[in-house]
Amino acid sequence: MTVTSDPASRVAKRPNRLFKNLMAKLASIPMILTALVVFVGGTTWTIVYSFTGSRMLPKTNWVGLDQYERLWSSDRWIISIKNLGIYGSFSMILTLVLGFCLAACLDRKIRFESAFRTIFLYPFALSFVVTGLAWQWILNPEFGVQSVVRGWGWETFTFNPLNDPDTVIFGILIAGLWQGTGLIMCIMLAGLRGIDEDIWKAAKVDGIGTIKTYVVVIIPMMRPVFITSLVLIAAGIIKLYDLVVAQTGGGPGLASEVPAKYVIEYMFRAQNLGQGFAASTMMLCSVVIILIPWAYLEFGGRKRG
Amino acid sequence: MADLSVNSSAGPRGPKPKKSFSRANIFLYGTLIVVSMYYLLPLYVMVVTSLKGMPEIRMGNVFGPPMEITFEPWVKAWSEACTGINCDGLSRGFGNSIQILIPSIILSIAIASINGYALSNWKFKGSEVFFTILIIGAFIPYQTMLYPIVILLREIGLMGSIGGLVLVHTVFGMPILTLLFRNYFASVPEELFKAARVDGAGFWQIYFQIMLPMALPIFVVAIILQVTGIWNDFLFGVIYTKPATYPMTVQLNNIVNSVQGIKEYNVNMAATLLTGLVPLVIYFASGKLFVRGIAAGAVKG
Repeated sequence: MTVTSDPASRVAKRPNRLFKNLMAKLASIPMILTALVVFVGGTTWTIVYSFTGSRMLPKTNWVGLDQYERLWSSDRWIISIKNLGIYGSFSMILTLVLGFCLAACLDRKIRFESAFRTIFLYPFALSFVVTGLAWQWILNPEFGVQSVVRGWGWETFTFNPLNDPDTVIFGILIAGLWQGTGLIMCIMLAGLRGIDEDIWKAAKVDGIGTIKTYVVVIIPMMRPVFITSLVLIAAGIIKLYDLVVAQTGGGPGLASEVPAKYVIEYMFRAQNLGQGFAASTMMLCSVVIILIPWAYLEFGGRKRG
Repeated sequence: MADLSVNSSAGPRGPKPKKSFSRANIFLYGTLIVVSMYYLLPLYVMVVTSLKGMPEIRMGNVFGPPMEITFEPWVKAWSEACTGINCDGLSRGFGNSIQILIPSIILSIAIASINGYALSNWKFKGSEVFFTILIIGAFIPYQTMLYPIVILLREIGLMGSIGGLVLVHTVFGMPILTLLFRNYFASVPEELFKAARVDGAGFWQIYFQIMLPMALPIFVVAIILQVTGIWNDFLFGVIYTKPATYPMTVQLNNIVNSVQGIKEYNVNMAATLLTGLVPLVIYFASGKLFVRGIAAGAVKG
């Protein structure tokens, strides 16, 4: 990349090429090890061993696609995937919409902007475990929201998502949105701040209303910000694990299981490593499916430095 | 009525005053206040619950302020709450988390800052390739790397120990921190680096005498990012440590979600708040820097 112009100098430098920048190379050893051994090596290892019948210990008794067939015929996995799908689509849409609306509200030159921002963002500083436990308590049917509303006189009011298999994932969604919207709001706000004042003036001169300006002009301009947000939300959704463990433990029954939890249960509790490897490989596949279009949009479509 | 007549008689003078209570503004502030309440509610409920006694909680109404403030749940959560056979409260988890946090921060930031420096000023053949792998690695679900790391840690004898978890945090913190430092060092004018080279300064000399002092703000951002990230970690803690070395989040989950015994909601909430306290303090104390940290983490993270 640097020395290519003069072939003579290139030849002269060749003998000590390995020692050029020796210190930088030595200092980068931790990074190289992490990249090659843990990231590339670890991922490859897991994929390879997902084709084995490993149970308690990793073994190389090849079973082909058996683990995958078993995975996709397992009710628990299907429930996990469904839950992730519901949680994922709702979380993606709601986080984007709420994040953008809140950012737009804060961008209207209001007072106490930093106070509001601080309030919207503080849950993001908290862990999923804390988030899950806090919402578990608020949604507690005996003492939480349900009992309070009943106490006001509405005796038949029912809001008990955490103990209802059909709605439990929405109980988790409430907590997830509470924790994660602030981040997206912050990113959106930064995006809105990056938009030229003149655009607003021009829209005003043309007599376009505020909301229409947002929809027609501002949102298309913020496309990169939206894409970044989407990737962030998607990466977070696939990792969804701690929140479920803390809030419901996967229950009631298996109703709020998610793929990340399935993997860990099979690897570290059920002593069925092969299943865990197969399930985690499927998770990897879903990330790849999300990432490739994004990488294409970001780096392939228009060449940027 | 009176107001109107005064206005009209005086006539318009000076710039038109901005109406701060127009209908749009009322709607705007109303929305923001309602949403703020949704965001503040859990914190409020946790605080209120943790200050009540159990009899008062059984009477219902999680939203009501405590009639009689008691700090007993806090004391109990800190020093008496049970996980399994251990009944020494969250203090043990707190100690473990501190022991995990401090070396992890030092190690991960030291390595990542040197990486970033090497990547922006001392590029070598293949350095960009490794960096790209590192960034892609940030997107790989941790689940695919969990078990190989168990094997690696077993090989070097650190499985289940705090040292092992420190290594894991260093590895998984590396992509984002390296990116952070690389972008920062890349923005430093190259003349500065070249001048130092001309003066005969080497790799480490330039790092310690020029880059490090200049990068202090970015170090603060990195520290904030790592403190909250490592403190809030649950997955690595639960897998790579054993009950004696569980970090605070894992212990908290075990205390609150344990099936045996009577549920003491006030103690649970005090424990939850205690665990959330460290990142909350960091958050409120750091203000804008926290936002910068997560924005740095977010942009292409």
